Amino acid sequence: MSVITSLRPRRGRNVELFLLIFAVGIVVLAYVAVEVATHDAIPANLATQGGGLLAIALAFHLVLRFTASYADPLLLPIATLLNGLGLVMIHRIDIAHGDSLGEGSALRQLTWSALGVAIAIAMILWLRDHRTLRRYTFLAGVAGVVLLLLPLVPVLGHEVYGARIWIKLGPFTFQPGEVAKIALAVFFAGYLVRTRDVLSISGRRVLGLTLPRGRDLGPIGAMWLLSLAVLFFQKDLGSALLFFGLFVAMLYVATERIGWIAIGLTLAAAGAVLAYQLFSHLQVRVLLWLHPFSAQAAEVSDQLARGLMGMAAGGMLGTGLGRGRPDITYFAESDFIIASFGEELGMVGLFAILFLYILLVERGLRTAIGVRDGFGKLLAAGLSFSVALQCFVVVGGVTRVIPLTGLTMPFLSAGGSSLLANWTLVALLLRISDQARQPIADAVVQDRVAAR
Amino acid sequence: MNAPIRRLSTLVAVLFATLLFAVTWIQFVSARAINDLPGNTRSLLASYNRERGSILVAGEAIARSTPAKDELKWNRVYPMPTRYAHVTGYYSFVYGPGGGVEGAENSLLSGTSDTLFYRRVSDLLTGHDPVGASLELTINPAAQAAADEALGNQRGAVVALDPSTGAILAMVSHPSYDPSELSAHSSSAVEKAWTRLLRDDGDPLINRAIAGDLYPPGSTFKLITAAAALESGKYTQDSVIPGPAALKLPGVTTPLPNHDGQPCGPNDKTTMLHALVISCNTAFADLGMTLGPETLRDQAAKFGFGQPLKVPMSVTPSVVPAGMNEPNTAQAAIGQFSVRATPLQMAMVAAAIGNDGVVMTPYLVRRVLTSSLKTIDETSPQTLSEAISTGTARQLTTMMKAVVAEGTGRPAQIAGVEVAGKTGTAEHAPGAAPHAWFTAFAPADKPKVAVAVVVEDGGTMGSEAAGGLVAGPIAKAVIEAVLGS
Repeated sequence: MSVITSLRPRRGRNVELFLLIFAVGIVVLAYVAVEVATHDAIPANLATQGGGLLAIALAFHLVLRFTASYADPLLLPIATLLNGLGLVMIHRIDIAHGDSLGEGSALRQLTWSALGVAIAIAMILWLRDHRTLRRYTFLAGVAGVVLLLLPLVPVLGHEVYGARIWIKLGPFTFQPGEVAKIALAVFFAGYLVRTRDVLSISGRRVLGLTLPRGRDLGPIGAMWLLSLAVLFFQKDLGSALLFFGLFVAMLYVATERIGWIAIGLTLAAAGAVLAYQLFSHLQVRVLLWLHPFSAQAAEVSDQLARGLMGMAAGGMLGTGLGRGRPDITYFAESDFIIASFGEELGMVGLFAILFLYILLVERGLRTAIGVRDGFGKLLAAGLSFSVALQCFVVVGGVTRVIPLTGLTMPFLSAGGSSLLANWTLVALLLRISDQARQPIADAVVQDRVAAR
Repeated sequence: MNAPIRRLSTLVAVLFATLLFAVTWIQFVSARAINDLPGNTRSLLASYNRERGSILVAGEAIARSTPAKDELKWNRVYPMPTRYAHVTGYYSFVYGPGGGVEGAENSLLSGTSDTLFYRRVSDLLTGHDPVGASLELTINPAAQAAADEALGNQRGAVVALDPSTGAILAMVSHPSYDPSELSAHSSSAVEKAWTRLLRDDGDPLINRAIAGDLYPPGSTFKLITAAAALESGKYTQDSVIPGPAALKLPGVTTPLPNHDGQPCGPNDKTTMLHALVISCNTAFADLGMTLGPETLRDQAAKFGFGQPLKVPMSVTPSVVPAGMNEPNTAQAAIGQFSVRATPLQMAMVAAAIGNDGVVMTPYLVRRVLTSSLKTIDETSPQTLSEAISTGTARQLTTMMKAVVAEGTGRPAQIAGVEVAGKTGTAEHAPGAAPHAWFTAFAPADKPKVAVAVVVEDGGTMGSEAAGGLVAGPIAKAVIEAVLGS
């Protein structure tokens, strides 16, 4: 005689707790390694600092335990680990620049991290069901475009080394593109879930590809123009690539039609060729990309060359944290933080960091597959893919896969806007994954509660 | 929508795989090439943080590292900077290591060479700070001092070799410079010194002994013409050859004259021996045309012309041009036309004649040592080529002894020592004073040293003896220094 018992589904909160402690442990060890290498001493207030970090992480964990108990257990530990490692590296470069804890970028980054976590927690608490966001589709669209174009406003806009992707308000600088990324992902998801039927069914077959009708080309055309505007006026190849790639990917997921990708790639190639012909600064970027060590390149900028030399100096195993010279490269704590890690942690360390991102993106895509509603699927897939694409654009730029652009590495690079945006992104993924992973019965109950 | 999401994740995998590949390419496959790039500040800083090996001459350091108190942990010190400048070279924070052994053996001195791999591993395991290897040179300090002092303020170069091994006993190039200036830690001071040295019209940074624009060897090249003649089997030192006052060259209106405008013997005839003793132009020009351009070129190549060498510094190959016509060949046979040679090459010619015709590969590093002066590696002498037969070598030796005993080389005579030598006066620009050459070896029957000296613009137009007068005493001083020590 058999007894039927219903198994409690695995929520994974204890796994998350264990991994969180593990992540904080690694960060603390890295911090100690830096201090021992540079000051020959273990930091005096290590317990307070490590404890503080753990407290922040645990607070987030508890919020999840009570309000999103089915959320993916890997997302938070990975984000914590990346954020923490970034902090350690920024602190390490502060030391090399001779800045103390108070005056360097590390303290600012820590403050932004705490703020980022707070906003993420607020997001989890406020947004009980991600489908709520669908209501704000067009608001998000307008907000995204405005944020994206904000740096072009004469007084607000602020140009840093040729790229006009910053706004400056008094002492604060902000990269609105990072937040625009999320707003646009929400907009695309909401818009595409509505129009996907039209965009996917109608069309003609040409050479084995189903191409859309001319009148349906409006959205992709508009997005293309917007990306080109970003490229032309803000001179930022990375952002243009990121937004256009994100849109095409989401369009493909929504319509399941390869034809859109073909059109997207054609438009991207056309835009790239056009921009290359028109803009000398892009030609310079391409020169630096193809011949970073040439005398010609050295006259313009030896940043990429220095970054590559740093990575080569690190070799397989790296110099050890605090024992290399990452500060020789400009922007070693932001755009080139990957080269800094490559130098001090070596190829092996960089592999580990890249695998963390792979895992993060993969958990996000799994969430997209698991979640039941179309909006959630598109949003989760879009957000995850944007992280992957951003990693590719940044790391690819530093490692000469593509020309160098001015984007930040999610969670690692110094920069407040980037941190806020990426913590928000993780909060959204956590919220969607909570629904993706909960058993159907629970979900139905929740839907009824929500409907009331 | 799940199928496209899965395909999207494949795309993500491809993107990240590309990144992993790129990282591997930079940090593993091409890391070494990038580290060796000139201007790589990290490699330079890393090398300044490691104690660099010393360069030793007879147990004394001519370049060594001493602890410093600034960001770079070590100072590079050159106790006899100008005397050994072209041997040591410099070790510059701004311009990298170069100019001599510092550049050519940088990986050994800095300790990054593959041959030191096991030592590095053991240093790592035992927790020692890794230290570069030290290099013991073949230089004879007395010979180097003699060459440096004898050359004095004149521009030119001196090279001395051990004929039986190829070991370089002296290498001096004037004007010299102070490598400490380039190895200082203040980059502005280093840049200033560098610019000044580059602008100096004496080109002090160039090692005239092995590189630079090279010199026409003038009459010292007659040794090679004579060697080719003797090797052909058709001539001996007593063969009678034409030696008119001026030699008419086919297709050219101006004949090729002797320096003194006199015939080299009665009835415009002379012997090989006498022609070399008085350095008869017409006789050797005629001989060159008879032998033909390829025979001359081949003989020169057997002595090392046209061969790139590393001693360990790169030596510019000496040249006898290909495809010469008859008048060119006549000029080439007396070391003019476009024939160019390094002083090292001419020292190798003298050394080979003294060493029964065998050219030994020249080298400067005798031993590679650990910081505690244990030998890691020792250079064993190597044969470069067999340029001439023993018989030819003996005859040439006899002829060269006569040059010093009774001919143009008399200024190099040393009491009690038989010196075999050959003078040269090389025209290099219309109207300019010719370069003075002297190449010799001694003692003639069992040579311990072969030497070549060139003094720029040191000769007197129209005087073949001038080469001997200016360059001869310098060679003599070096030979005496080697034999006396």
